[in-house]
Amino acid sequence: MSEAQTLERPVEAKAKYNLIDCDIHPSMKTPAEIHPYLSQRWRDHLATYGGHTRQGLSETLSHPRMVPEVSRVDSWPPAGGPPGSDLPFLREQHLDGLGIDLGVLVPLRFNASGQRHPDLAVALAVAINDWQIGKFLEPEPRLRGSIIATQEDPASAVAEINRRASDKRFLQILLPPRSIEPLGKRRHWPIFEAAVSHNLPISMHVGGVGGHQATGAGWPSYYIEEHHSQVQTMEAVIASLIFEGVFEQFPQLKLSFVEGGFSWVPAYGWRMDKAWAAMRDEVPHVKRPPSEYLRENIWFTTQPMEEPNPAKNLTDTLRWIGTDRLMFSTDYPHWDFDDPRYAFKVPLTADEKAAIFAGNAVNFYGLN
Amino acid sequence: MNEMIRSLDSKPALSTVGAIDCDLHPASPATAALMPYLDEYWRETFIMRGVDRMSLAMTASPPRSPINVRSDWKAKSGFAGDTLEAVRAQALDPFGTRLAICNVLNGAMIMHSDDMAAALCGAVNEWLAREWLDKEPRLRGSIIVSAQNADLAVAEIEKRVADNRFVQILILAQNDEPLGRRRYWPIYEAAARNRLPVCIHAGGSNRHAPTATGWPSFFVEAYVAQGSIFESQLLSLVAEGVFHKVPDLKVVCAESGFTWLPSFFWRADKTWRGVRAETPWVTEQPSDIVKRHVRFTLQPVEAPLETDALTRTLEHVDCDDILLFSTDYPHAQFEGLNALPAALGETLARKIMIGNPLATYPRIAADFAKEVAK
Repeated sequence: MSEAQTLERPVEAKAKYNLIDCDIHPSMKTPAEIHPYLSQRWRDHLATYGGHTRQGLSETLSHPRMVPEVSRVDSWPPAGGPPGSDLPFLREQHLDGLGIDLGVLVPLRFNASGQRHPDLAVALAVAINDWQIGKFLEPEPRLRGSIIATQEDPASAVAEINRRASDKRFLQILLPPRSIEPLGKRRHWPIFEAAVSHNLPISMHVGGVGGHQATGAGWPSYYIEEHHSQVQTMEAVIASLIFEGVFEQFPQLKLSFVEGGFSWVPAYGWRMDKAWAAMRDEVPHVKRPPSEYLRENIWFTTQPMEEPNPAKNLTDTLRWIGTDRLMFSTDYPHWDFDDPRYAFKVPLTADEKAAIFAGNAVNFYGLN
Repeated sequence: MNEMIRSLDSKPALSTVGAIDCDLHPASPATAALMPYLDEYWRETFIMRGVDRMSLAMTASPPRSPINVRSDWKAKSGFAGDTLEAVRAQALDPFGTRLAICNVLNGAMIMHSDDMAAALCGAVNEWLAREWLDKEPRLRGSIIVSAQNADLAVAEIEKRVADNRFVQILILAQNDEPLGRRRYWPIYEAAARNRLPVCIHAGGSNRHAPTATGWPSFFVEAYVAQGSIFESQLLSLVAEGVFHKVPDLKVVCAESGFTWLPSFFWRADKTWRGVRAETPWVTEQPSDIVKRHVRFTLQPVEAPLETDALTRTLEHVDCDDILLFSTDYPHAQFEGLNALPAALGETLARKIMIGNPLATYPRIAADFAKEVAK
């Protein structure tokens, strides 16, 4: 990979933030918590039909996870409700407990983009955005929101992005990596146009239900396989964005890939470069080696932290990706949570630490 | 990529003389060429239906695309490797290849009808034996089978095992289901029983999207996605307990790339530590199982060769046994004769060229032992 120019450079004054967590999952005490944010029509609809996504089971995933609510045992609030549903406890255990200056909410409930009923999808996206404000952003100034947008319905997604963009408490647009078609396809471009026009980055958190088999090899039997397949989906999304020419069209577009880890990034860039070198006449709109777009337009959050044996091998990975592209995340309250005190098993310089734990996120979100 | 700029005629950094090439592609036969090798029913029905005039080229490996036909190896037909003379002059003689394993990529493997697929696979294998292996003693073959019906695949394997020039079984990377699932186990049992490795070659049926986020637009994108499919297949084989059930099974991943292995190992091992209660029969970390049972052909080498990337990646892989020399002829994976990147070094290169293939392919090792005895 060549040393390409990057969109953002480390900033001098970032003392305001020492620790930014780019992946916190807010939850609801009960699903009825969404009701104040939905019209009667959609409350009735949910009561009668429930959600309707592109998968076999209607209320859960068909690869059961290993712990209830995919969550740490100690994250269940003493006052009741599932992990992430109790703001006072989230504050105490997570924000105060770890000294987090800024936490970015990544709401996964109700899966708006995965809904097959197009109007229900929009109603849920709007409701989840209002719920973030009402439950978390109003009462807690350290929390920031993600704009849920309906990827399968770009016109509605753009309308919702436009509506939320002036509320600076929303830091990003949240899209699911698993969709009916790969993200780079042209029908999604209005979403990129809106993102760039509002200077909002797009965040892709693992998950989504696009209706396709979870791996290119077919449906896996086990969660250990399905867990890994999330990384491969991110790889496919990145290939789509690059080979469709999205970054040629929208050079200012910034994306982060959340909860996919990052050790796969360098070799994936090399693989794309090699294939592109052989077949670039198929995609003449891709002007530069794919790894250059990867280096310039895409960021990664750190959890689940990579744990090579020996640990020092991670040093090469960090060097190849660039420590300016990694943003710390905990995935609170999920079971494979990373603690900022223990996550990195390799030594980082003071500058690298400052960048990964806060500075890169400041640049990515444009907080300065 | 400096490797690309090097003059075509220059001497390679590391000599390939004496190598065992574990992934060489004679051009897939025209369907008409298979007619003599089909029984009367299939010959008649194919002629009646016009199948003999159909191309069985696969979407997953378009036979004239620039990655599948290196420009300086391209014949007037637009294909490469379509005559024995071309293979000798381009793939065997200049590299000083001692033996090469022919992997024929033909749509026979992905026909929906179990019986038609089996008939065509049988015909391709017979064609390979008669038109290539009989005529060139440096060539060895892979028994191609359609994995979708394990009984028919096993029948084809049992039919070919008497011919020692067939040294492995070949299936494609993308099938109806992940390859660890039980419907495929009879193939692995037959392979182990006959001491034949199972080669999983890039490509596949495209009966479902090659990614979990749908159909990519471009060939280049689909080619890149193949790496992820290999990862899924390795995890499937490990998680379903195939290597526990068939401990003598050897798997060869061909045209898979390998520089993705370190991150795959780290991730798979870490996740296994967290969720191993789900698959209690997997009693070792996935990377140890893969290193013991799975081998990878060398090309494509996916790393910027002007940097330390390959050297460091090999150190991360931490297993000298895992790579098997391949040219992937006639695919465009390197320039000139530079099949072995300099970063491998003499000792490892020699092991990749000869030692590792001999340890993987008992039938080739037996041939070598006979020659030494002479």
